[in-house]
Amino acid sequence: MHSLARHRYHRAAPVVLVLLLLGLIAGIAAAVSTASSANAATTTSADDVSEGQKLFAANCASCHGLGAEGQDGVAPSLIGVGAAAVDFQVGTGRMPMQASGPQAIAKRTQFSQAEISQLAAFVASLGAGPAIPTAEQVDPALGDAANGMQLFRTNCAMCHGSVGGGGALSQGKFAPNLWETTPTHIYEAMLTGPQSMPVFNDANITSEGKRDIISYLKAQDEGSPGGLRLGTIGPVAEGLWGWFLVLGLVVASTVWIGARSS
Amino acid sequence: MSTADKPVDHESTHGDVPDSFEDPGLPYHRPRRADVDPKAANKAERQVAALFGLSILGTILALGAYFMIDMTGEIASIRFANMMIGLGIFLAMMGIGLGAIHWAKTLMRDHEMVEERHALRSSDEARAGAIQNLQDGVEDSGLGSDGSGTSRRGLLKGSLITAVLAAPLALLVPQIGNMGGQWNTREFAHTMWRQGMRLTRDPDGTPIKAADVTIGSAFHVIPDGLNDLEHGKIEAKAKAVVLLIRLDPRDLKIQPGREDWSFDGIVAYSKICTHVGCPVALYEQQTHHLLCPCHQSTFDVADGAKVVFGPAKRPLPQLPIAIDDEGYIVAKSDFHEPIGSSYWTRLKNTSDGLSGDTEGGSH
Repeated sequence: MHSLARHRYHRAAPVVLVLLLLGLIAGIAAAVSTASSANAATTTSADDVSEGQKLFAANCASCHGLGAEGQDGVAPSLIGVGAAAVDFQVGTGRMPMQASGPQAIAKRTQFSQAEISQLAAFVASLGAGPAIPTAEQVDPALGDAANGMQLFRTNCAMCHGSVGGGGALSQGKFAPNLWETTPTHIYEAMLTGPQSMPVFNDANITSEGKRDIISYLKAQDEGSPGGLRLGTIGPVAEGLWGWFLVLGLVVASTVWIGARSS
Repeated sequence: MSTADKPVDHESTHGDVPDSFEDPGLPYHRPRRADVDPKAANKAERQVAALFGLSILGTILALGAYFMIDMTGEIASIRFANMMIGLGIFLAMMGIGLGAIHWAKTLMRDHEMVEERHALRSSDEARAGAIQNLQDGVEDSGLGSDGSGTSRRGLLKGSLITAVLAAPLALLVPQIGNMGGQWNTREFAHTMWRQGMRLTRDPDGTPIKAADVTIGSAFHVIPDGLNDLEHGKIEAKAKAVVLLIRLDPRDLKIQPGREDWSFDGIVAYSKICTHVGCPVALYEQQTHHLLCPCHQSTFDVADGAKVVFGPAKRPLPQLPIAIDDEGYIVAKSDFHEPIGSSYWTRLKNTSDGLSGDTEGGSH
């Protein structure tokens, strides 16, 4: 009993404790920062409609129906959602959906950009809807990041965080971070309001305003002056850092100071 | 303590409790490696020196980062400089601290020391003297019921009581004064919204046409003319902000008594949470839920912004809207109840005498 008490703290215990905590935090950080990749939109031609219809029948119709009319409680109608919605949903890998859940998750794209364009052309042919933006409409270099910040702060920051780091919504839904999202997909998301996101049509935020927002988001790539961003998801990450790493260091130091030298 | 030194015989005291426990004495003194092995002592010395050396390196790092890294350029360079200076200061302080403790633990004297405690109770003379001192003080001050020289002592008593009562004012008056010049609590019940005032976009203040608000849209709205206010713009905005949403009219449940408060699925609700006044603006288009980021109160926009989750007690106040001749969305009146969190005279102050019941608006 007494010998056990004497040897409860190995002298390497504080170091091991700190390393374990560091590993835990690094693991969480790696799990949180999943990257999504997508390619820029290319131009489409009307000839793609028939090819798109084949792709749609093979990959989408089981839920959305052969005529894209949707099924109650399963999948929405796609008539009138426009090419922009298809390019966003398929281009970010959200569609085809892998499993039903609180929301469709961005994953590796299953189609080439050419196939996505064909699908988009087919869905656009079913009813008028927002089109895929041109390269000029989404070029961050042409936008005004300062105005973009004002618009972002008013319309987007409550869900996506003040610098686009993302954040939690209710019941397992979340607003994704926007740093890895391509300018075209950001533009299309505002235009079409995918999933939980409201629609921000051109009458609400003009096309130039959307480009300003993209410019503001791309300006965040330069980093923040205030040190580590910890995902900029707010007090949760900062609290985790404070409680586990800093408090862990304090506890480890206390154990080391109190332990007898061998 | 070591059981080998002084085995305790539990069996001998079996059944009855001893009068006092034996002094177990000091634990067995185990010499440290540095006490018996000069090599280990030298090693510990080198370790301490290395820790102090780490501190010196940290100081050099901090100074080097301050002088070498150009902080006038990009934001990323400022972060890098801050990081390096901070790391340098951390190493400089931590190295000294770790070195000093390691020095004390491995190389300094390691003998148990005994310091006897004395009784906490003072001697009888000291206690009697203290009580005597207090009594003498009371007698000298004349505050007791001694009776002699009452007029002078009365003056002292009165002035002391006045001073003690007045002193907190020096603290309280500036504090209360800084709460703001507005003491008319009826003002809290009203916002800038008036009949016919256009709903405009935040922040640029351009008016909104009903046709602009497509299904699923969410507009962040300020009253027309807010940006032209010279005084109290922030205060007026904090009360008057509104979220304008268009739902599919089939999803919208019109509240009794509010049949003409919305327009073809377009509804406007105060953005100020009825819990403690955070801006509620996390609108989930598919579920029609509006989530408050502070305490997760959730309101159902399709059903009169009733609370479906969280600590808020009341629905968000609805702004009655209509369409003017040019197709722009206008307010039909101010909110019919005070916006934001509850306060003690809230129900008394409801505008134009409407009821402030939890369902709101019925009169």
